[in-house]
Amino acid sequence: MKALLRWNPTLILGQFAGLAIIYLIFFLLGVPASFFSMDNTKLVLVQTVIVGVGALGMTLIIIGGGIDLSVGSIIALSSVTTALSYKATESLLVAVPVGILTGALSGFMNGLMVVTLRIVPFIATLGTLGIARGIAKIAAGERTVNPPDSLLSGLMQFDRGGPFYSFPPAVWIMFLLALGVSFLLNYTVFGRYTFALGSNESTARLCGVPVALLKVSLYALCGALTGVSGVLIFGQLTLGDPTVAVGKELDIIAAAVIGGGSLAGGEGSVLGSLIGAFIMSLLRSGCLKMEWPNPVQEIVIGIIIIFAVAIDQLRHRRASSE
Amino acid sequence: MSIRGVSKSFGSTQALESISLDLYPGEALALVGENGAGKSTLLKILSGAHTADQGELTIDGEPYLPSSPMRARELGVAMIYQELSLAPHLTVLENILLGRDSTLFGILKRSDEKKIAARALERIGQPHIDLNTQVRRLTPAERQLVEIARALAGEARILIMDEPTSSLTALDTRNLFKAIRDLKEQGVSILYVSHFLEEVMEIGDRAVILRDGRSVAEGNLNELTIPEIIHHMIGRDIDEFFPKVPHQPGETILRVENLEGLRLPRGVSLEVRRGEIIGIGGLVGAGRSEFLRTIFGLDPLKKGLVQVVKSKENLAHSSPLSALWVDGGEIRKRWQAGLGFVSEDRKNEGLATSLSIGENLSLTRLKPYTQRGIFLPWKRYQACSEWIRKLGIVCRSPDQPVRALSGGNQQKVAFGRLLHHDADLLLLDEPTRGIDVASKAHLYRLIGEAAAQGKAVVMVSSYLPELFGVCDRLAVMRKGILSELRPVPEWTEEQVMRFAVADNSTEIRISGGALG
Repeated sequence: MKALLRWNPTLILGQFAGLAIIYLIFFLLGVPASFFSMDNTKLVLVQTVIVGVGALGMTLIIIGGGIDLSVGSIIALSSVTTALSYKATESLLVAVPVGILTGALSGFMNGLMVVTLRIVPFIATLGTLGIARGIAKIAAGERTVNPPDSLLSGLMQFDRGGPFYSFPPAVWIMFLLALGVSFLLNYTVFGRYTFALGSNESTARLCGVPVALLKVSLYALCGALTGVSGVLIFGQLTLGDPTVAVGKELDIIAAAVIGGGSLAGGEGSVLGSLIGAFIMSLLRSGCLKMEWPNPVQEIVIGIIIIFAVAIDQLRHRRASSE
Repeated sequence: MSIRGVSKSFGSTQALESISLDLYPGEALALVGENGAGKSTLLKILSGAHTADQGELTIDGEPYLPSSPMRARELGVAMIYQELSLAPHLTVLENILLGRDSTLFGILKRSDEKKIAARALERIGQPHIDLNTQVRRLTPAERQLVEIARALAGEARILIMDEPTSSLTALDTRNLFKAIRDLKEQGVSILYVSHFLEEVMEIGDRAVILRDGRSVAEGNLNELTIPEIIHHMIGRDIDEFFPKVPHQPGETILRVENLEGLRLPRGVSLEVRRGEIIGIGGLVGAGRSEFLRTIFGLDPLKKGLVQVVKSKENLAHSSPLSALWVDGGEIRKRWQAGLGFVSEDRKNEGLATSLSIGENLSLTRLKPYTQRGIFLPWKRYQACSEWIRKLGIVCRSPDQPVRALSGGNQQKVAFGRLLHHDADLLLLDEPTRGIDVASKAHLYRLIGEAAAQGKAVVMVSSYLPELFGVCDRLAVMRKGILSELRPVPEWTEEQVMRFAVADNSTEIRISGGALG
């Protein structure tokens, strides 16, 4: 039975415990009761979507032993290309694939640089961070792209007071994608190879894992998921903004790491990363309800990231000394 | 130093049971035992990383209770770690004085430092090592010596060495032994732990043999023989050490012709038959590993033929593009052709140690557990439980990470991968390096059984008794060139060594692999 659950149950329990602790802390701090309401939870979930979908791709890359710093810029670029193609064609059937492909292509370029030029992922994607942002600004003519209203703008809206399952479509999209990525990681050869690559690249190569191909696919896949984030942000803002999502890559990486991902590779889980993303939004919501100013929020979130990772390290050390 | 009745248990397992031993000034005491016998635990207690549950430790009659490795060092007990603990980017000087910089109001006193460091190097007979070189530019052997010098600069009276030679060449080992002898003369006591019994015999004065957390024998090394030591270590006789599994050579399975790597090997030919174990001896650096790795596609190839006879395809072609695009694809092809490889570097290349046993065993062949593209973990769980039993791996479950296993059990996983893959040709690079005696014997039997099933084995080893005890035919490599391949009974250990080190050998015909 344990084999069925590929993830380590204690690891996931840890993330849920973290979630519970955050609720408890805000409760003790005397946060308004509306913080715990179903509507607020849904709102937090909606606010999780952009980082959450991005974190799915990041989880893949981090498990494979890499990192992608360019996702924030790729979100902006995708939102711009989605907006531009919707403005030109007024068809979502064109605009949405264009947005996702923009992300996939950017990711593909990242992978190609890592594999052929043998640049460490940190640097390669740092370069892309600048390049993608620049292209987005040029493509948009250094201002926002304002296409006519589309169906996408409804993705993040939900009825207050509706039944508990009445999530807005964007949340369902996130859940579905999460299921897909989770399946990919745990129930396909591709997933097994990804864990092997992240745990020890030399071993993966020795065992005949097509390392280069796998890396390029991982970056491209992460790019595609980031593209989805870009499309969703376009829907949320109803415009393509080349300056959106600056610094989002850090939120996304933090979500994956809070969720149990190891930057050394070979570890991480989809559910964990989603919880990580949710925790980040929850903190923002809590700080808002407490009417703490923005800078305080930033400090609180920084502290939480450090603690989450420190606790994780502690658990790892104990697990390996057993 | 004297140890009386030291015990230590972890949970329900008794790691050490009432160990007593004495270490006299200027003596080298060898501590031998299989993995899991309790050596590491004892060392950790001595170096302050663990505390004993019971028993007392004294140095010069004074109670010795180190609370940490740092404190142990201050009390004159220094441990030289297996994995070297130097800072590669700092210089020799900086490393030797790391943590004990002599300061005057926070300002480093350069001249004092130099004096201390130079004296430490002199004491181990290595004054020629340049103090201003970065440590990463030194050879592994020199780094080891610098580490010892660092311990000496801290006024260590007792040095604990855990497998100090496992990454050294024969020549470097000589150098290290010379340093150890110098230190003994200066009254420093050495506690020496090694799997290489030949070395233990050479450098040790006395030996204490541990088995299952107990001290089972103790004696002067000039009165003990290696078979006796092994007998004490494993609790049975050495006859079972090289189990004989009868096997017969069959048809040729692999043909290697004129194989050249970028540097090594330099034109090697070899024919391998089913049901046969071929040994390749020689010194470290002779190109033996490169030979196996080039066959397997892990090292770059200049030219040559690697042909699995059945398929007639030359596996050894490589274009720059294929290296770029399907990195690992070359090796994938080897596995598909029935070749399998065990790396000499278990931790860094052979195994993904943070992943589970099952994952490591099955990585090359996931197909049996895949239906319509969907991987079924529980199917593998069952199959791997069976493999673990067959391979005799001591563990709790196939889901346990490999890093939690002992070296011997890890190696069984690395070797088991080839059996799980059902590879026809097993390329083994130092398959028993640094593992315990019982696991060695177990691996020898698995290798013999593989040959009996009609698999072919090519085994590189620096351990002569193993080459002679396990192989059917033997060749020696020197500077990238392979000697004649002859049946083992036609070789003597002396001839092997002579070919391995000779500069121009007229006696032994150098033939690029004429069949013996």
